Amino acid sequence: MNHSISLTVNGVRRDVELEDPRVMLLDLLRERLHLTGTKKGCDRGQCGACTILIDGRRINSCLALAVSHDGADILTIEGVARGDQLHPLQAAFIAHDGLQCGFCTPGQIMSAIGLINEGQAGDDPERIREAMSGNLCRCGAYSGITEAVLDVQQSLLQANQRRSA
Amino acid sequence: MKTFDYVRPASVSDAVAAATQPGAAFLAAGTNLLDLMKGGVTRPNRLVDITRLPGLDRVEPMPDGGLRIGALVRNADLAHDAEFARSFPAVAEALLSGASAQLRNAATVGGNLLQRTRCAYFYDTASACNKREPGSGCDARFGESRLHAVLGWSDACIATHPSDFAVPLVALDATVEIEGKTGRREVALEEFYRLPGDAPERESVLEPGDLIVAVRLPGEARKFNAHARYLKVRERTSYAFAVVSAAAALRIEAGTIGEARLTLGGVAAKPWRARPAEKLLEGRVPDAAAFRRAAEAALADAKPSGDNQFKIELAQRVLVRALTLAAAGTPKRIAALPASPFSSPAGALHDA
Repeated sequence: MNHSISLTVNGVRRDVELEDPRVMLLDLLRERLHLTGTKKGCDRGQCGACTILIDGRRINSCLALAVSHDGADILTIEGVARGDQLHPLQAAFIAHDGLQCGFCTPGQIMSAIGLINEGQAGDDPERIREAMSGNLCRCGAYSGITEAVLDVQQSLLQANQRRSA
Repeated sequence: MKTFDYVRPASVSDAVAAATQPGAAFLAAGTNLLDLMKGGVTRPNRLVDITRLPGLDRVEPMPDGGLRIGALVRNADLAHDAEFARSFPAVAEALLSGASAQLRNAATVGGNLLQRTRCAYFYDTASACNKREPGSGCDARFGESRLHAVLGWSDACIATHPSDFAVPLVALDATVEIEGKTGRREVALEEFYRLPGDAPERESVLEPGDLIVAVRLPGEARKFNAHARYLKVRERTSYAFAVVSAAAALRIEAGTIGEARLTLGGVAAKPWRARPAEKLLEGRVPDAAAFRRAAEAALADAKPSGDNQFKIELAQRVLVRALTLAAAGTPKRIAALPASPFSSPAGALHDA
C-alpha cells in the first residue's frame, strides 16, 4: 500500500509518495530528495551523523520512520546558510578547526543548533560536551567542536545581554 | 528489515483493537523498536502508529497532589519541565543520564519503560537467546557476561533492564495506566515488569493490544524532593547504559531518616527495589555506617550469573554513594554530567 506524505524541508514543501513504509527520514532525504548533506554513519542511532531538526528539535533521522512524520517541518544542513553567508556555527567550526575529514560535521552542526535552541547548556563547556555526546567524531576533533559551539553560544549570550541592557 | 503493514488509528480504542492481532507492535518514536527491526531482532508484521493519538502528550496534576504523565510525553520535555524537576529531581536526573540529547528529544515516556534489554546476545540473531526465540537457549549464560544480572535471574535468561527512568519511578511507587481490550487498569510499575523465570520472552504484564497511556507519580512522592538522587556508573562518561545505577530518596526529620526509598538499576530484569534496606534506614542517623549496612542488606540475595561478581560489590558502593549524595541534599540545578560519579562543580572541567 502506498503512503503519501507531505514535508516542509528547508522551507520548501515536498510531497513524497512512499511505495514502502520502511523508509527512514534519512534515506528519504538522501535518496528521494537528493539532500546528501545529512550523513549515514552507523544507521542505528549511535553516531549522530544523521542529525536533523524537526520543528526545531534535533533528532536522529536514521531512527525516524518517514511515514510517521507526515507534516513535519525539517531543517537539514543544506538549509542553514543564507546564500553565501555561512551559519555562525559553520563559520565557527572552520575558525576553530572543529573538523578533519568532515563526515560527522553536518550532524555536529545540526546537533549544535539544536543544543542552542534547547537553551540548557549556556556557556559551560562541560554541559556543552555532555549535550554533544550523541555526536561521534572519529578524527577526534572534539576540542575544536566544543570551542566552536562555546564561541557561538557566548556571542549569542553577549548579544542578548546587550539587547536587554 | 521485514516489511510491515502500517496503520495510524485515530483513537486509543482503535489503536488497542488494531494491535490485538499477533505480530502487531505499537510505534511511538521508534528509537528502540526501529533499531531492533533493522537488526532483525524483532519482526512485527504490523506497526500501529500511536504518535497522533489525542491526549497522551500532557503532564497533568492529580487531585491527590500526584502527577499523571501521558505516555507520549518526550523524555527531554519531562526532564526539562522545571516544576517536574523540582518535585521529582531523581527522575529528571535519571532521564538526563540516559541516551543522547537527540534520542531524548524523540523517545517517549511509554517507550522508555518498554525498551528491550541491551544484552548483546539478544541483539545478535546468530546467538541463542530465549528472550528473542523462546526455547533456543542462552548464549550469555556462559558467554561475555560482565554486565549481566546479579539478582532475579534464571538459567533461561540473565539479561538486565536498560531503563534509567524506571529506576527512580519504582522507588517512588509510580504506577502505569494501561488501556486494553477490557478497559483501563492501573498497575504498580514494580509489579509491571516480570522476572525471567522460564519465560524470559514475557517481560511485562502487558497482554496483546494493551497500551500504556500514562505513568502516575503519587503525591507523597514529592516529600522526598529535598533528598533525592540518581547515580549511574557507566563504562564511559556519557551516552552509555548503566553498569549499575541507584535511585536514593530520603525524608530526613530532625537529623534522622524518617523514610527511605532505594532502587537499583542494571542488576536485574527489572528495577530492583531494596525494601529490606529501606527498613534498616528508618529511624537511623544518615551516616556511612548506616548506609553500608543498608547496602549489604540490599545485595544479600545477589549471586553472579557469570563473570560479574564485581557488580555485587559495585552495587553496594553505588548505593552508599547515592545515599550519601541524597543525604547531602538535592542540588539546586542538575549537575553538568547528570547522575555521573565523575560530576564536578558547575563550570569545572571533568577531565581537568
